[in-house]
Amino acid sequence: MNLLEVSNLNTYYSESHILRNVDLRIKAGEMVCLIGRNGVGKTTLLKSLIGLLKPRGGEILFEGSSIIRSKPHQRARSGIAYVPQGREIIPYLTVEENLTLGMEALPGGIQTNKRIDPFIFELFPILKDFLLRKGGDLSGGQQQQLAIGRALLGHPKLLLLDEPTEGIQPNVIQDIETAVRRIIKETGIGVLLVEQHLHFVRQADRYYAMQRGGIVASGPTSELSKDVISKFLSV
Amino acid sequence: MELILESLFNSVAIGSVLLVAALGLAIVFGLMGVINLAHGELMMVGAYSTYVTQLIFKLPILKPFYDIYVLIAIIIAFIVSGTVGILLERTVIRRLYGSPLETLLATWGVSLILQQFVRSVPLAYATGCVITIFISLLFSTVIPQNLLQGNRRKLIKTGALGTSAAAGVLTASALASLVSKLSRASSRNVDVTAPPWMRGGVDVLGMTFPKTRLLIIVITIISVVAVSIFLNKSVWGVRIRAVTQNRDMSECLGISTESVDVITFGIGSGLAGVAGVAVSLLGSVGPNVGGNYIVGCFMVVVLGGVGNLLGTVIASFSIGLMTDLIGAGRLLTIWPNMPQPLASTVDFFSTTSMARVMIFALIVGFLQYRPAGLFPQKGRMVES
Repeated sequence: MNLLEVSNLNTYYSESHILRNVDLRIKAGEMVCLIGRNGVGKTTLLKSLIGLLKPRGGEILFEGSSIIRSKPHQRARSGIAYVPQGREIIPYLTVEENLTLGMEALPGGIQTNKRIDPFIFELFPILKDFLLRKGGDLSGGQQQQLAIGRALLGHPKLLLLDEPTEGIQPNVIQDIETAVRRIIKETGIGVLLVEQHLHFVRQADRYYAMQRGGIVASGPTSELSKDVISKFLSV
Repeated sequence: MELILESLFNSVAIGSVLLVAALGLAIVFGLMGVINLAHGELMMVGAYSTYVTQLIFKLPILKPFYDIYVLIAIIIAFIVSGTVGILLERTVIRRLYGSPLETLLATWGVSLILQQFVRSVPLAYATGCVITIFISLLFSTVIPQNLLQGNRRKLIKTGALGTSAAAGVLTASALASLVSKLSRASSRNVDVTAPPWMRGGVDVLGMTFPKTRLLIIVITIISVVAVSIFLNKSVWGVRIRAVTQNRDMSECLGISTESVDVITFGIGSGLAGVAGVAVSLLGSVGPNVGGNYIVGCFMVVVLGGVGNLLGTVIASFSIGLMTDLIGAGRLLTIWPNMPQPLASTVDFFSTTSMARVMIFALIVGFLQYRPAGLFPQKGRMVES
């Protein structure tokens, strides 16, 4: 069974038609990459999947049941975690509080889950040193690690990552790549990644390429040809 | 020495009334960003609930407990104003998040409705209405979701509504028949009388401090401490802070932002009710009582820096100090040999209403230089 199954999805920003008949499938334990130039609707697709945008038509099945009418917090509790572009750390909350909030998606919420799983500090050691700092005071790369750590603490079944390497220094990109690969291997979750960084794209199992709001190509990343890369990635 | 002590006590007394009144607004306006012009009327609702509680405690059954009615009134006022506030949030304000001008107009309309409501509806029936709303709100949160499926849904909902309506009607008719003062509508002001142990004063260092003022100071301290513990230590406090700082992301993390809104607004409104108790101890209670405080409340919150509890505390005590210095003509007592022109100016401002004019002018002037108030938000995240 597919973990996520999107069919015929159409999303609008007021009157402008952004997503056109998008179909997409993700299996558990699979890393899928979404590529395409700026402004083709990649972020819109992720926002429709988590529920921040309401599609006008189409269907989203998560573990076989429709979630298209659910609110974002219900989708989060059913096992979808979202790491948005720009990280969206809660700025005046400490790193510790930000991480704790990641467990709101677990059954019982933060009322019953108070202990931060040390697994996170193994993945991102830097977070342990900054636990009492305000989230908004961290650098971009640290915020990105915090955002991914926060998402993982909710034990998601599907992780949506929007440009995790955008504007981040190369050694941190390396850390994030390693961490994401390790998470998939150890926990068997599905990952949908929006990415421009070719090295990271190559780590994925399959790719979907978007153009003008629709999926125009897909296949295993091993078959990514130079043509496709130059057409869909801004490298 | 006596002068300083007296001045200090007066400033703290004035400041604590301002603070307890502004505390709810600091949450509703400061944290949620909702411009709630009906906040003063929520205070009025609290003041009237004190009055109703007092009358109920004069009934023969509850007469032995009359001495502690004020303490119970605090809890009742919190619940009553909180209930009215939650109803207001669910029916009006929820639809207007993100449009401050519309919120301002709508809540102003609500404040007029509430004022007319207490004029034309007997308080017994008003109590019945509040009880109906409270019980039906309680039902909607207490009944587990899985009971509300299929055919039973309609049955349970009707049952809950019927029960709450019946409870409301019963209370209303019982109150109307037992307490004659509550059975007629009246637009005249009513008086809350303090129980005997609260009258008079306490002597310290040869000076007398009125007990009601001391009680208000205690209520204020307890409210501020409770609010800051709630916001900083409790699970709901973390949720509230997260939602006020980044609504969309909080929702994506699994926080039900709707419940957070209801709880935040309910607590802010409930605090307005507690302020209403304090206000009812200071003077007579009428439909317009809230209007006297609303401007001061907004001033305190803006002066303190929006969204900053410590700022609100300091702002209200500095306004209290200034009111005492200017309004009571204390500058002249401190400095008797003031030059004549200055002395006459100071004298001119040393009435309650002129002192307010002076203080608001000073605050307006101050905000020209520090538009974000005493304690603006700092840090890397401000620019973005």
